[in-house]
Amino acid sequence: MNTRIVIVGGSVGGVKVAQGLRSGGFDGEIVIVEQEDVPHPYDKPPLSKRHLVENDDVRAIPLVDAADFADLDVTWRGGVAASGLNLARKEVELTDGERVAYDRLVIATGSRARPSPWGDGPGIHVLRTIADAERLRRDLRPGKRLVVVGGGFIGAEVAATARKIGVEVTMIDPLPAPMSRALNDDIGEIFAAKHAAEGVRMRFGRGVAAVERVGVEMIVALTDGERVSADAVLVGIGAMVNTEWLEASGLTIDNGVVTDVCLRAIGTEDVYVVGDVCRWQHVDGLATTRLEHWTSATGQARLVARNILAPNDERAYEPVEYVWSDQYDWKIQVVGRTGTDGSQLIGEPDGGRFVVIYSADGESVTGAVVVNWPRALVTVRRAVASNENKADVVRALEGAIAPA
Amino acid sequence: MSVVKANLEACQGYANCVVGASDYFDIDDDGLVVLLKTDVPESELQRVTEAARSCPVSALKVVDE
Repeated sequence: MNTRIVIVGGSVGGVKVAQGLRSGGFDGEIVIVEQEDVPHPYDKPPLSKRHLVENDDVRAIPLVDAADFADLDVTWRGGVAASGLNLARKEVELTDGERVAYDRLVIATGSRARPSPWGDGPGIHVLRTIADAERLRRDLRPGKRLVVVGGGFIGAEVAATARKIGVEVTMIDPLPAPMSRALNDDIGEIFAAKHAAEGVRMRFGRGVAAVERVGVEMIVALTDGERVSADAVLVGIGAMVNTEWLEASGLTIDNGVVTDVCLRAIGTEDVYVVGDVCRWQHVDGLATTRLEHWTSATGQARLVARNILAPNDERAYEPVEYVWSDQYDWKIQVVGRTGTDGSQLIGEPDGGRFVVIYSADGESVTGAVVVNWPRALVTVRRAVASNENKADVVRALEGAIAPA
Repeated sequence: MSVVKANLEACQGYANCVVGASDYFDIDDDGLVVLLKTDVPESELQRVTEAARSCPVSALKVVDE
């Protein structure tokens, strides 16, 4: 196949497409365009975890090791972004004015942190890229006061990481508990108790009215009137998809680039979409979904590489969702669709080892949260993938509980 | 012959490999990967490579020996 495949976006989705193409036998040209000015692809999940306080070098978190990256034989265009797409001419326009022609295009431009409503002046942070992590790291020192706005995964991880090095942390969210949007309010309370036990001051059920500057410090004014002093503020209030460069392209954009079940952009023959920016049509025909997960980007990338190489045997994307998070000594793993009511807890949160089973239909296992219980993770990933009976899975897990 | 190698220092027990190829990988009580087989015949190379590559911490590799 003597063709050129252009991948716009050099994070996990884009790079795993390149890997899948090469291991599938593709020997044509692969160009990866990455707007961040980095010499090689890097891995983002560590940015809110260990890497945030332990390291400050992009070489410490490569997405693929140097030898494998060389073997991948891609043209890596770091530090330049795509600014437009001409579907008729099959060209990507770059911010430096160059036009790159493609035979197949893979859109993997991901998302960016939703900007802070209180500006981005000194001490106010978001966390998405390695540059963000480097900037935040400088403000995290033992005894410093960090206010985390947003109790989602990013906020909760940064809170945990900062506590580990002795930063004083206050977490704020209008929701009742951390990660409660993803896990439901009852289960969120388990994580609220953990953060409180680790010394985080929890201010949930209220929002931020304003961030004021008083000399070198900041005052975060809460909607209930409380005023919290801060040396640094992390704003973790979600992400926005990077689709602006496609607005004039004619592609269907709806909070993501809309694709068919095989992840091909609607109305095109040769444009595929992976990662945060992909909004794909479900095989059941009912809905479109977008996910912001490392594992779904990887799965989509594998599928797109396959579909590009085997156009007569295209496959549909049918994921089981999976997210992990490290907070303190808890390894948290989230499988399938969680957050529905009627969740069932197995094990002891106080002992730091438990599982929560979710069942959207009351019959089968549709999602689960696992904390520090590796064998249970294998059990529930299998159970969600094959819609196993909830009562059976609960019984098996309860039978497996042994003193940790 | 291709062979699977595991880096137990890196493994975090995410179990993506088990989902990708449960006949090659399992996770033990300590949350570490267990290789059920190490030799990968040509016919299974792509599937096992993809399972290894789905590891979030690059703890698995399929190499030629």
